[in-house]
Amino acid sequence: MGSRASTLLRDEEIEEIKKETGFSHSQITRLYSRFTSLDKGENGTLCREDFQRIPELAINPLGDRIINAFFPEGEDQVNFRGFMRTLAHFRPIDDPEKNKDPNVSEPLNSRNNKLLFAFRLYDLDKDDKISRDELLQVLRMMVGVNISDDQLGSIADRTIQEADQDGDSSISFTEFIKVLEKVDVEQKMSIRFLH
Amino acid sequence: MFFFLFSFDSLICILLGISFTVWFTLLLVFIIVPAIFGVSLGIRKLYMKTLLKIFKWATLRIERGAKEKNHLLYKPYTNGIIAKEPMSLEEEIREIRRSVSSKDLSSPEFEMSDIFYFCRKGVESIMDDEVTKRFSPEELESWNLLTRSNYNFQHISLRLTVLWGLGLLIRYCFLLPLRVTLAFTGVGLLVVGTTMVGILPNGRFKNFLSEKVHLMCYRICVRALTAIITYHDSENKPKNGGICVANHTSPIDVIILASDGCYAMVGQVHGGLMGIIQRSMVKACPHIWFERSEVKDRNLVAKRLSDHVEDKTKLPILIFPEGTCINNTSVMMFKKGSFEIGTTMYPVAIKYDPRFGDAFWNSSKFGMVSYLLRMMSSWAIVCSVWYLPPVTREEGEDAVQFANRVKSAIARQGGLVDLLWDGGLKREKVKGTFKEEQQKLYSKMLVGNPEDRSRS
Repeated sequence: MGSRASTLLRDEEIEEIKKETGFSHSQITRLYSRFTSLDKGENGTLCREDFQRIPELAINPLGDRIINAFFPEGEDQVNFRGFMRTLAHFRPIDDPEKNKDPNVSEPLNSRNNKLLFAFRLYDLDKDDKISRDELLQVLRMMVGVNISDDQLGSIADRTIQEADQDGDSSISFTEFIKVLEKVDVEQKMSIRFLH
Repeated sequence: MFFFLFSFDSLICILLGISFTVWFTLLLVFIIVPAIFGVSLGIRKLYMKTLLKIFKWATLRIERGAKEKNHLLYKPYTNGIIAKEPMSLEEEIREIRRSVSSKDLSSPEFEMSDIFYFCRKGVESIMDDEVTKRFSPEELESWNLLTRSNYNFQHISLRLTVLWGLGLLIRYCFLLPLRVTLAFTGVGLLVVGTTMVGILPNGRFKNFLSEKVHLMCYRICVRALTAIITYHDSENKPKNGGICVANHTSPIDVIILASDGCYAMVGQVHGGLMGIIQRSMVKACPHIWFERSEVKDRNLVAKRLSDHVEDKTKLPILIFPEGTCINNTSVMMFKKGSFEIGTTMYPVAIKYDPRFGDAFWNSSKFGMVSYLLRMMSSWAIVCSVWYLPPVTREEGEDAVQFANRVKSAIARQGGLVDLLWDGGLKREKVKGTFKEEQQKLYSKMLVGNPEDRSRS
């Protein structure tokens, strides 16, 4: 079955998503086609299994954390709007001059929001702090069985020591931003469309 | 009144009888007789050219309709929708770290920014990955008057709808019955013919007849699908004692290859109609059919294949190493079993032209019968077959490397993407070892290479 992208997504919906996320019309239709091809149950929403079916995501050490980012608190299904809202974080940052409307809240793909996305991958219990424990768990996901607990522990300690400024042995979002202030977030956390 | 109805009835009968006879005679003269002698009247090529002209017109009409209404057309892109960097894990993470600090990059350590790499790679694969799109039909850039492949419904004008309706009528009321009749004729002749040849004692005459019967019946089946095939480089055709390997898109691949040469088939024993066909085929010349229980025993399979290729009087074996149907945009991992046998391999590349009918069999969505009906109600099956030069395993090359080499040659010739992923991912989950590989690579960046070499 081919995708019936343009027929099932109404123009009004496309406009709303365009306003919210900043994707262009053709990018939205293409991503809708992708959404429907992932939706094996054909009920308009994706569940975690639908994501895990993508082999390249399944072999990603942080695959499960990334999948989690798509699902709002306590829910097991994500619809197309939610899907696009999360993907919008990876849109390349717009030219600042283009943003004429000062009343529009910070766009989803701003540098701040991109860093927040990454921060949330570390922050397992969503308490806006990365504790030593959480850092250890995420590190363990990334390295598998190849590094001993002791070595990993010392890596975590060193990282927190370098980043922590208010002495609470955990990394807050502000401290996180400070550590990464020199990183080219715009380039490294953006995905470019070919068309 | 009664008398009037009675003669009307018999009139219908007479008309039906005449039209049936006429139809069957035409069939015989124009299709079956040329098939028996391997001659082509050129009707199919003419048909193909006419269809192409109509498709071009249809696409232009849709584009014009879209422009008038100022809508954007949905145009599928086969090369993916996002830009991906072909850098390795190490290179990319180093790039990210470079912008963080000017510390010595070669010393192993952890940076919080490392997570960006996994993050972006993960979301890239969510937007567009290389594997899942191989298991659904290829998207077309122009419309071929089949509802199954249309994405721009609202831009269709009245003229186009009429044309589509006409196409529907022709395909279902004329082409489909014609093709079904031919299919039954072809299969029936195959069963009867091979059984009769099987009565003869083994020898050159039997092989000769068996070859003729097989070729004739496959040619009728080719016409039953209106398959228009172009064979390239026939001087490289597989010879006895070798193994022919090809990329797999659908069961029709077998008919396409077998109508140009004789092969020994390999497969599981089925029940029903397939079983009858298999049993009669094996009477005329040796094919390799496995019981379901034997399939799991890899040594047994390898032994039977080796025995077959050692006997030079037996026909070349036809194998599809991918193990499952892929949508003809790529070639996926070749299973190494047949490459361990150590005989000459004859690679064949098959590329279908999707404009006339998509030959891909999505076995999780359609059963065999509905698949065949879809094939027979498409316009045509157009494909190209390239016989590549024979290859043998080189010194110091193991079966996996050999398989990959052959796979790349086939992919290059057919213009397909060469992938290392296993076609089995259509149904199964990816193996955990791949994730472990990624984790190992990343660990090296944190702590450097382990001093003692670990055996894996």
